[in-house]
Amino acid sequence: MLAGRGLRAHRTGNIMTQSAPSGGPRTLYDKLWDAHAIAQGGDGQTLLYIDRHLLHEVSTPQSFAMLREDGLAVHRPATQLAVADHSVPTRHRDQPVADPMAAAQIALLERNCADFAIEYLALAGEGQGIVHVISPEQGFTLPGITLVCGDSHTSTHGAFGALAFGVGASECGIVMATQALWQERARRMRVTFTGALSPGVSAKDMALAFIGTVGAAGAAGYAVEFAGEAVRALSMEGRMTLCNMVIEAGSRTGLVAPDETTFAYLHGRPRAPQGPAWDAAVTYWRTLPSDADAVFDAEVTIDASEIAPQITYGTSPGQVMRVDGIVPGAGVAKALAYMGLAAGAQIAGLAIDHVFIGSCTNGRIEDLRAAAAVARRGQVAPGVRALVVPGSMAVKRQAEAEGLDAVFFAAGFEWREPGCSLCVAMNDDRLPAGARCASTSNRNFEGRQGPGARTHLMSPAMAAAAALAGRIVDVRTLA
Amino acid sequence: MTALVTVTGAAWSLPDADVDTDIIYPARFLLITEKLGLGRYAFHDRRCDGFALAPGQDSAAPILIAGPNFGCGSSREHAPWALAGLGIRVIVAESFGEIFHSNCFKNGLLPIVLPAERVAVLHAAAQAGCSFHVDLRTRTLAVQGEAPIAFTVPDERREALLNGWNEIARIRAIHAHDIERYEAGQRTAFPWLWQKEPAHG
Ligand code: SF4
Repeated sequence: MLAGRGLRAHRTGNIMTQSAPSGGPRTLYDKLWDAHAIAQGGDGQTLLYIDRHLLHEVSTPQSFAMLREDGLAVHRPATQLAVADHSVPTRHRDQPVADPMAAAQIALLERNCADFAIEYLALAGEGQGIVHVISPEQGFTLPGITLVCGDSHTSTHGAFGALAFGVGASECGIVMATQALWQERARRMRVTFTGALSPGVSAKDMALAFIGTVGAAGAAGYAVEFAGEAVRALSMEGRMTLCNMVIEAGSRTGLVAPDETTFAYLHGRPRAPQGPAWDAAVTYWRTLPSDADAVFDAEVTIDASEIAPQITYGTSPGQVMRVDGIVPGAGVAKALAYMGLAAGAQIAGLAIDHVFIGSCTNGRIEDLRAAAAVARRGQVAPGVRALVVPGSMAVKRQAEAEGLDAVFFAAGFEWREPGCSLCVAMNDDRLPAGARCASTSNRNFEGRQGPGARTHLMSPAMAAAAALAGRIVDVRTLA
Repeated sequence: MTALVTVTGAAWSLPDADVDTDIIYPARFLLITEKLGLGRYAFHDRRCDGFALAPGQDSAAPILIAGPNFGCGSSREHAPWALAGLGIRVIVAESFGEIFHSNCFKNGLLPIVLPAERVAVLHAAAQAGCSFHVDLRTRTLAVQGEAPIAFTVPDERREALLNGWNEIARIRAIHAHDIERYEAGQRTAFPWLWQKEPAHG
């Protein structure tokens, strides 16, 4: 059973005004917060120092305009890293971007970066990819830092024990000009996954099970720390998938305490500290995990061994169920009407016509391996269009070195260039109205993959299984 | 930023829960690199379905009464820019998506959180075409002919809205030394975060 123990009891309490215990045991979140507090405002807000800022083409044009209006420079250009991902085409990358608006937006990012001395990873280069995939790959994301980006899935970087959260375009401008942001301290929630995952179940299922447990706004106002054996057992890729989706439960910040898995992932990465600096950094990072007796404002416990493959049935990520379950009916009539589903029906067996494997949730090498392992077992069903979009150029190269592109190609999947693609449908990857898509992305919102398109969120293995079956299927029972 | 002191007028009613920023501002319009003139894209795909914000007769209503978790999802600031483009200055809901909530304050929009029962009454008043009056100085919201309701807003944010402050200018004016001091300390304590930096920042 999924149990939301303690959640309700704590949430009714007056914990909005709670301040950090000084000198007492602290959580990972408290330590990160305290280490970056510059000044205290009169109304409980803290001026936080921001160590790193990631930029993409969609959320920063207006931020640079703010700087230009006031004649300001970027305070520390070396702490900024930019890449185009949202509107980039995933085909014909050797040619100019066909959509004139997308071309102009990407060119504007490049020009802004040149004007303000910010490093830009070129669209045609080996460093390109989704902002949340490339930053960890480069070792730009590190434990113990604060990191922001004009993107709600910035929570992804919390997987390294960094205080990372999404901000708006105005806040991007404020960070560029001052390296600081006024923020309100969140309450702390610990989500403990006990036990071990069963075969066929992944970090994506843990993320969806968590959102289903607390609801689409259930973690609003909280920084969420993921703990427990099942979390410790996850690779960095899995931890990123988990932290990526906390925003879908209303939280801006997901966290996993750094450990040997974290250090092993980062060691030798291009922008990670090297030599003696590495040793000093690791010594500091080892002090970051929550103290054993630290108190959280809310505790949620989920038995990982009980989690079945998850799938969304509605238009909010909180509308999620086991793939072997029955579509619920209470209070979701509008969502079911949009999704063309009837309450009480089996979700398994529902025909799909599109599959999307990619995004900052599930576009990493481990995700592609999981999908390829399923793709090896058959052919994409007739009438189904299945796209595999690697999260970055580095992921693409790695997958090709392992022969995964050939596996996908042989099974009838399309193998594309890196970008956000069908996660947000800002480029030419867009679904027609009424299309039904098995997707490894993070949002099943109305129109997210194209006006009128229907999105079912699931894991890479489940999406690959849906591609072969031409319908939603429990990957554990795929023939 | 445009200052906000009082707002008077009709209110839209949009009681749906979890209205995300993709609904407020569909992603394909994110290719636009401006922030003015986005009002025409607000709720674009819903309007195609014959959706109206209600009451409908007054397209210049400056207040929006919304459902719980309004503005959840994507951090796109185009959502508040588009609402501001529609002429909206005040949004009342039981709860908001956090990034959206913070983005509102950066753009001269006031998000007000009230208990569900209160919001339900306001939806009815909005649908009946009542006039609303919001006064940020006294932190009150009144429906015509009724007693004012108090709401809370953090002091700093209230001051910023009342005065139309430029946040960057303020941080630089008041906290430049705090930032410098912090940076000097961090260079010593966490030198690996300063590897690529010139010696004297
Ligand atoms: S992959 Fe999707 S969620 Fe991730 S940054 Fe791109 S658009 Fe946002």
